[in-house]
Amino acid sequence: MSGQWLFAGAIFGSLMFPAATPAQQTKPWEKIPVPPMHEFKPQQPKRIALKNGIVLFLQEDHELPFISGSVLIPGGSRDEAPAKAGLVDLYGQAWRTSGTAKHDGDALDDILEAKAAHIETAGDDDSTALSWDSLKADNEEVYALAMDLLFHPKFNQEKLQLAQQQVATSIVRRNDNEDEIAGREATKLVYGADSPYARQPEFATIGTVTVQDLEAWHERTIGGKLIVSIHGDFESAAMEAKLRATFEGLPAAKPSPARREAFPGPKPGVYFINKEDVNQSNISIVGLGTDRRNPDVPSLAMMNDVLGGGFASRLFQKIRTERGLAYAVGGGLSFAWDHPATFRVVALTQSPSTVDATKLAFAELQGMTTTPITEEELTRAKDNILNTFLFRYDTKDKVLAERVRLEFYGYPPDYLETYRAALEKVTVADVNAAAKKYIHPEKMALLVVGNGPEIKPGLEELNMGPVHAVDITIPQPAAPAGSRPGGDGAAEKP
Amino acid sequence: MQRKSSRRLWSGVLALLAAAICWQSSLAQDLKSFEQKITTKVLPNGLTLIVCERPEAPVFSYSTFVDAGDVDDPSGQSGLAHMFEHLAFKGTSEIGTTDYAAEKDALEKVEAANNAYEAEYLKPVGRDPKKLAELKKAFQDAENEAHKYVIPNQFTEVAERNGAHGLNASTGLDETRYFWSMPQNRLELWAWLESSRLSDTVPREFYKERNVVLEERRMRTDSNPEGRLVEQWLATAYVAHNYGRSGVGWPSELSQITATEAMNFHKKYYVGSNIVVSVVGDVKAPEAMPILEKYFSRVPGGPKPEDMTTVEPKQFAEKTVVIKDASQPIYVEGYHRPSYRDPDDAVYDAISDILSNGRVSRMYRSLVRDQQIAAVAEGASPFPGSKYPSLFLFVAAPLPGHTSAEMREAIHKEIEKLKTTDVTDSELAMYKTRTRADLLRGLANNQGLANALAEYQTRYGDWRELFRQLDRVDKVTKADIRRVANQVFVASNRTSAQIDTEAPAGGGAR
Repeated sequence: MSGQWLFAGAIFGSLMFPAATPAQQTKPWEKIPVPPMHEFKPQQPKRIALKNGIVLFLQEDHELPFISGSVLIPGGSRDEAPAKAGLVDLYGQAWRTSGTAKHDGDALDDILEAKAAHIETAGDDDSTALSWDSLKADNEEVYALAMDLLFHPKFNQEKLQLAQQQVATSIVRRNDNEDEIAGREATKLVYGADSPYARQPEFATIGTVTVQDLEAWHERTIGGKLIVSIHGDFESAAMEAKLRATFEGLPAAKPSPARREAFPGPKPGVYFINKEDVNQSNISIVGLGTDRRNPDVPSLAMMNDVLGGGFASRLFQKIRTERGLAYAVGGGLSFAWDHPATFRVVALTQSPSTVDATKLAFAELQGMTTTPITEEELTRAKDNILNTFLFRYDTKDKVLAERVRLEFYGYPPDYLETYRAALEKVTVADVNAAAKKYIHPEKMALLVVGNGPEIKPGLEELNMGPVHAVDITIPQPAAPAGSRPGGDGAAEKP
Repeated sequence: MQRKSSRRLWSGVLALLAAAICWQSSLAQDLKSFEQKITTKVLPNGLTLIVCERPEAPVFSYSTFVDAGDVDDPSGQSGLAHMFEHLAFKGTSEIGTTDYAAEKDALEKVEAANNAYEAEYLKPVGRDPKKLAELKKAFQDAENEAHKYVIPNQFTEVAERNGAHGLNASTGLDETRYFWSMPQNRLELWAWLESSRLSDTVPREFYKERNVVLEERRMRTDSNPEGRLVEQWLATAYVAHNYGRSGVGWPSELSQITATEAMNFHKKYYVGSNIVVSVVGDVKAPEAMPILEKYFSRVPGGPKPEDMTTVEPKQFAEKTVVIKDASQPIYVEGYHRPSYRDPDDAVYDAISDILSNGRVSRMYRSLVRDQQIAAVAEGASPFPGSKYPSLFLFVAAPLPGHTSAEMREAIHKEIEKLKTTDVTDSELAMYKTRTRADLLRGLANNQGLANALAEYQTRYGDWRELFRQLDRVDKVTKADIRRVANQVFVASNRTSAQIDTEAPAGGGAR
């Protein structure tokens, strides 16, 4: 579908930058009546903790005649052996496409698609999941098929091979798009190339994965603390009975092993990746982020809004609105649920203005401490974040998904309420303290992906030290000549 | 073994029939129940309002659908519709300015300065560099003067401070959409904001925004292998009709669009008769309608602008585009097909579904699973728009070591099968079942529903077509599919484009 969007990313906040705040501007919008909000208590799912540690969530929703369910399983790609990077991705694909002894994957496809029903599996960095959905009338049958796949998959070599082909395709194409290069290499700079959060599957690593590896992964994880969630047009009592029958008799759930990881952050400096089929540079300034348990998070959320959250953020205002140098610009300090996320500020600008835009971005970062955030800026960030807050739970399935997430990461079920209360309390002093504590441009790395010969002035103009060229050549497999990947018969090194 | 599978077959057919009956009644109920929830009104200025009650949470979503898109850009002004969409966020005479009377004068001076600069710049002979530099400085001075009155981004600020979520807009070939979600107690505020910006746009900061859009072009097209491929492919497939023209704009045209041209576009296309506004969520029509009517009556009236009249002449020669690029191969081919109004519209959907919906689809099973030459292979339509005769496209990404030529050959074999052998009963039934399911699933989402209601109201004159289209889906036969395949998927009607991988000349690292 073609179409041009106003801006590429999500909007977080809005801020009036006081270039010309008139005392006398009449603000007709302030006269428009805004009645009090209807009271809203989102429907919470029913939570059932089984004796074996498995947790069930049931969320009735009778609007449409569908039922969907999911089983979330701890353990993901961050737990892979480095020599088999890509294993969980392959597993996530081949689990479903292989099927079971009763119905192989193709047979499952035929049965399900005829009913417009689905069963799918997926692998992620910290979990794998099996999910299903169908018309209510087909739920019995589809649930049975899903449970059979959950407990008795029969991995097969052909489907593993198809999955390897998919991953090989993404490897060979991973340098085609500038934004993909930038995202991947920025993450590697923050965490280190070998980090479980940054490492890449390679031909060599996916080539070593066997059916036995997939079976072993399943064995290793299926006994973990499963979280089962169901949403849709069902009666809770009957559904609870059904789920208990499936899950209650399983052995005690094995806890996930504690993670002990170090996050030193990036080596500061200037990093450059040459890509000559572009006329626009991707500029990323990166550092370490934090995790949601950090008590500074509410202040950081406000800080992010002011810095790079949307239309009236400082970055957007300066680089896009005032100077017209970028369409995509923004960023901030992200927080993940159980490990530090990244700090990333991005601007995409035509090659000749690369240095200009980079200087402006750094100036805004410095400005977060030298030009402290004002009451005005904070009020606007708060209004936006608090008035859009209910969109985190305005549908029954969003509420369910949030409860599953909180359960998975071990957060209290009322996290959203306490988080909201904390956001309300953030003061200007808090935000400025957070900016001073967390924004240290001298500890950050600058990554530029772009067309070297056309970046004039060059990156040396920045006086940030030597420019390190990053080699993103894709390692080739050690394979016989006939099977060399690389597209249409060129001598090219992908 | 055989008995087991035939039993499965029979029970499968029965299940399909049972599902079909169940579907029909459930969706009839849904049309009935939606008729109770939906109120429409056409205002004296021609604008159509649709209010749909869905009080799941105290929020609403809206969709403003303007029946004008890239295809309506005047000749020589490609990128205009999209530029205007950007302008629609710059505020009004009341929002975003400290003194509109003074600003208006200043903006006229900016325009005059730009005209003078452009006139010198565009001189084919005798351009005077010294004069050009002076005119450029004069233009920048005028811009700086006008900027003094600007309160940047005030429109979005007011919206977002009041809880606007998912705030965005999009310009397609056929239409421009504006949308967001908001807490329900902001309905009147939203109505005022939206009706203000539709009727009272001010082209402030126009020339800066033009630079922003040039960056957008660089991001989506110039610096993107697929973007470049699709732009060249469409420009080749279409010799006359504007579907072949760049939506974001050719650089030479986009870089010379003026504020005057953008406001002329607004005057012609942003009239009530050309706009549908739909609201879905915790709203009650008897309370909401009068408020919406009060505000949206401010949108100017005027005759519905004519659709563009250029008709793409029948293609009679196969066309090919070959791009040598550092990136990996991609193959795409397209065949001209009629617009959405054609009685066979659902047949194209059926073909697309059977060929490429999921792992059961023909292209997946043949090219990905069995031959193992492609990572992904699909057929789809309409593209790039639907309002006018469009394309049915086939696209495939080869596996490492495989070529565009292999994709082409394999796709043509699948097309040949469609032409010579009927699809099966179960394939056809699956298309119908899945289409109904997808429609039903889409009804429980405020923004999605708002978008769909506005679109169907515009394209069919009646939002009920969202449901009634299933009648046309049901009528599709195997013979239809075969007939359409034979008519449309012929070599003389084909335009193909591909990326062939070639190392960059300098041998630089990729």
